[in-house]
Amino acid sequence: MALRPDLELVAGLVPEDSRVLDLGCGDGALLEELITNRDCSGWGVELSDDGFYGCLARGVPVVKGDVDHGLEEVDDDEVDLVILSETIQALRRPELALTEMRRVAQRGIVSLPNFGNWRLRIELLTRGRMPSSRELPNPWFSTPNIHLCTLTDFESLVDHCGLRVIERIELDDTHGRASGLAKLRPNLFAAGAVYLLERA
Amino acid sequence: MAEGAGLGQVETQRAVLFSEGDPLVLASGRELAPVEVAFETYGTLSPERDNVVVICHALTGDAHAAGHHGDPERRGWWDNIIGPGRPVDTDKYFVVCPNLLGGCQGTTGPSSIDPRTGKPYGLRFPAITVRDLVTVHRKLLAHLGVEKPHAVVGGSLGGMQALQWALDYPTEIGGVALVCSTSRLTAQNIAFSAVAREAIMRDPDFNGGDFYESGKGPALGLALARMTAHITYLSEEAMRQKFGRRRQDPDAPKADPDAPESDFDVDFEVESYLRHQGDVFLDRFDANTYLYFSRLMDRFDPFSEPQVYERMRELTTRFLLVSFDTDWRFDTSHSQAIQRQLARAGVPVSFREIESPWGHDSFLLDGEDYHRTVKTFLEGLEGGE
Repeated sequence: MALRPDLELVAGLVPEDSRVLDLGCGDGALLEELITNRDCSGWGVELSDDGFYGCLARGVPVVKGDVDHGLEEVDDDEVDLVILSETIQALRRPELALTEMRRVAQRGIVSLPNFGNWRLRIELLTRGRMPSSRELPNPWFSTPNIHLCTLTDFESLVDHCGLRVIERIELDDTHGRASGLAKLRPNLFAAGAVYLLERA
Repeated sequence: MAEGAGLGQVETQRAVLFSEGDPLVLASGRELAPVEVAFETYGTLSPERDNVVVICHALTGDAHAAGHHGDPERRGWWDNIIGPGRPVDTDKYFVVCPNLLGGCQGTTGPSSIDPRTGKPYGLRFPAITVRDLVTVHRKLLAHLGVEKPHAVVGGSLGGMQALQWALDYPTEIGGVALVCSTSRLTAQNIAFSAVAREAIMRDPDFNGGDFYESGKGPALGLALARMTAHITYLSEEAMRQKFGRRRQDPDAPKADPDAPESDFDVDFEVESYLRHQGDVFLDRFDANTYLYFSRLMDRFDPFSEPQVYERMRELTTRFLLVSFDTDWRFDTSHSQAIQRQLARAGVPVSFREIESPWGHDSFLLDGEDYHRTVKTFLEGLEGGE
């Protein structure tokens, strides 16, 4: 089964034979791809029942748990790479997730939606209501995405957490690699981004 | 999960796996022969002989894990998880459940006859370890014409055997599911073992383990051991739900109608429950087996062995660890410790703590999350690497 385009982009940033920890791994589709086709090893952490059983059914190692509780069980530098794919906006403590990422791995990959996208800005400006989009379909009171930010906001948190951006791939609203304006002015035109991060 | 009809009538089989000419060589170097094993099988062995699931039983289990022996109401100890369409699906798997070496339900143990003396071994039965239990399990599979089990599943002491097996033979098993198990008992766990052993050995009828011919064993001690253990199997919450502070019916007939009235007769329901558990245990369990099994659990510590890390790097087995949030015998930290040891060595391991009010006993009970987790893990072993 084909991976979602943004997961394909994440996978492309993972070196072969890496030891990977995927936080908020969903049904394990990305990990399965990394383990089967990229000789990676590792495990996921997933809170939802559906995601957890999805991983077990694929034979992907998974720990049922809450990323917001931290990774105290994981040793410093235990893995090569931590992945937070479309997860960070749903965490209560995004800062903790990034500092823990920095502790347990040299590198990390984060993908997230961009709340600074022009469509959302216009919606807020003209309607005066919390915007919704394909990435953010739920109303404000029931959305799992409780910590929305713009790409610029995220990059300043990255800096604050002692990390730096090695690579940024801008996403369009089909979760694919964006081109044109989104590369020129990502915070205004990209629907989201995938970041490859490293300890600063 | 245990909907639908379970297995029908099943039979315990026996096989002599080791004999004078081909004795069992224990981890200690000592030899033991003959060794007979009682076991049950459910389902059908595939032509490729690759669908075997071994069930390892816990401290007081036996070979009769599922189905019944004639009375459909009295079913095997893990009948809710083993059967057609159940998590350990007998439509798919050939399930093998042996009684452990040192046991007292058909497999050679301290109550068996020592061929050198013509009398029961008693405490002359050699000391055994979890590794020895595994040696006998593997010999049973060889006897059945099976080289590699698809999966090994066990709770508590059963999980300890599965763990030892996987670590000793790192490419032999497809997947291992350990339910509320441990890689090392805590001081508190050992303390409870010690109380149980003291109760048995200080019983005046223990007679140094040679009580088989007197017709009178250390019943008092064994019942006390069982009562103490049962306290550790239930959570405080489970006891509150099950018994609260409810009183026994004062008009209920007393166990011994001739005994004089006493203020210290069974008064609360929980007392009566424990006494009942202790009493029924006497009919089916051997006090010496209890000593041997509790000791081998105390000594189990596979991750402290030399070369264990080298062996772990070769591991191709996939692991599932399940713990229960109210289990205080082997609480979640035991399973977490195993998860950490294995994950650090790069072994694929999944782990989940399940909510259940019933403490350590949860592993024997039905539970939707629990059973679905085991079922999905076993199904997931078929795909992937």
